[in-house]
Amino acid sequence: MARAVTNNRKIINTAAAWAVGLLIFFPILWTILTSFKTEATAIADPPVFLAFDWTLENYTAVMERSNYAKFLWNSIIIAGGSTILGIIIAVPAAWSMAFVPSKRTKDILLWMLSTKMLPAVGVLYPIYLICIQLGILDSRVALVIILMLMNLPIIVWMLYTYFKEIPGEILEAARMDGASLKEEILYVLTPMAIPGIASTLLLNFILAWNEAFWTLNLTAANAAPLTAFIASYSSPEGLFFAKLSAASTMAIAPILILGWFSQKQLVSGLTFGAVK
Amino acid sequence: MATQHSRSAARIMMAPAVILLLGWMLVPLIMTLLFSFKKYLPMRGGDLGWVGFENYVRFVSSSAFWPSVSATLIVVGGVLAITIFFGVLLAILLNQPMWGQGVVRILVIAPFFVMPTVSALVWKNMFMDPTNGLFAHLWRFFGADPVSWLSEASLPSIVLIVSWQWLPFATLILLTAIQSLDSEQLEAAEMDGAPPLKRFAYITLPHLSRAITIVLLIQTIFLLAIFAEIFVTTGGAFGTRTLTYLIFQRVLESQNVGLGSAGGVYAIILANIVAIFLMRIVGKNLDA
Repeated sequence: MARAVTNNRKIINTAAAWAVGLLIFFPILWTILTSFKTEATAIADPPVFLAFDWTLENYTAVMERSNYAKFLWNSIIIAGGSTILGIIIAVPAAWSMAFVPSKRTKDILLWMLSTKMLPAVGVLYPIYLICIQLGILDSRVALVIILMLMNLPIIVWMLYTYFKEIPGEILEAARMDGASLKEEILYVLTPMAIPGIASTLLLNFILAWNEAFWTLNLTAANAAPLTAFIASYSSPEGLFFAKLSAASTMAIAPILILGWFSQKQLVSGLTFGAVK
Repeated sequence: MATQHSRSAARIMMAPAVILLLGWMLVPLIMTLLFSFKKYLPMRGGDLGWVGFENYVRFVSSSAFWPSVSATLIVVGGVLAITIFFGVLLAILLNQPMWGQGVVRILVIAPFFVMPTVSALVWKNMFMDPTNGLFAHLWRFFGADPVSWLSEASLPSIVLIVSWQWLPFATLILLTAIQSLDSEQLEAAEMDGAPPLKRFAYITLPHLSRAITIVLLIQTIFLLAIFAEIFVTTGGAFGTRTLTYLIFQRVLESQNVGLGSAGGVYAIILANIVAIFLMRIVGKNLDA
């Protein structure tokens, strides 16, 4: 009897959760479906859900019309470059804070976090001006550096949290055996830290890929990544639903896939370890 | 335990990150502060000298200021209320035993990974477009006149779009928090005959309060800064000019850097008030 009740409850739970999940996911699903329709089917009333002639013409049209490859390449360079550069700078810092903590470590960590709270719009003009002065406005270099600095606090925090979980005794043992600092980092710490570094890399790549303040304000024809490419569809001439959907699908597909892998790290990464 | 040698090595290893972040914080901040006390119009004469607090006064006394404050409050407050309310419900639902939990989780999280310009444009065109959007189809199906959402109900539309983006974040964090709840406590309460609503109010909700506070603070900081969603949907028209957007327009569109910088300083102060509370919670959790 009790078992039947729990089974009933499980059925209700499943139905409710799936209904809500599909409702939330629907805009994405609809975008993906629309990207395979013709423009006429895309705006048909009543809307067609699945029974239409699937076509790839929107994808070819988007590729031909807009030099999509260039935007994609910019996104990859900007997100990848800023993340890798950030990791290179953050690993030593996080290492030293996790294994050689001093009285000030906590203050430094909190201060780093506080730089993340600075609203971008408050420093928009200075950054804009500096980019003009250095001749790097609308260049990938500028965005790599800016997004690296923007995400550096999160990278340091995530790495610090992971490094903290590595037992210090192992390091001491290595030190006893006469390992130098370099060897200690290279042969003892790095292998143990790789999973943490990998998930930090993943989450920050996603954040940089989706960043849409600096990428919209500091780029034009040369360095514009996919965020700006999609924004260009907001003009009236871009009001072709199927093509908009194809462009959108191409812009979000890689990140959706990466994101699903990183969902476990998402929580502790985005709450700075306050929720685990 | 740590030797003098390893201490100085540690300091050197920390230096690049600290120096870079210090520069990233101080240089633009000082420039913004300086600009805010100047009449500075790059397209119309450049730097026209010091003006004291004139920009600060003008920014708050301009006719656009109070509407932008209320737009900001509506967007931030609306999104917070929606995401936290539904986030708690969803977290509880997803925590129940069910089939295909992992897949549902993925479906719910997905919007968080969609870039802001994509979600804004998809909602704007494919859902909210007054002739061809899905909502228009739906309204016509029920015999109602389609609404042109982004001009007639502009702020609620923006709140809807941004809530859709942030609901996954709230849900995921609250779900993580709920999973750490001791189920024996709930079972004991159930045995003692406490009805579900009471169990929620006296056990689940207090347990979630910390996570809710964190969601509240982190989201507030991000929501105060939303930009792309307004940039591609209304461009600040129809009463959707938030404080962030107003500053952006002053600085880059009308090229009044002094005035925009004064606004920027206000935004920085506002964000810092929220940040102080967040840092306190995060700091308490840090056993460094």
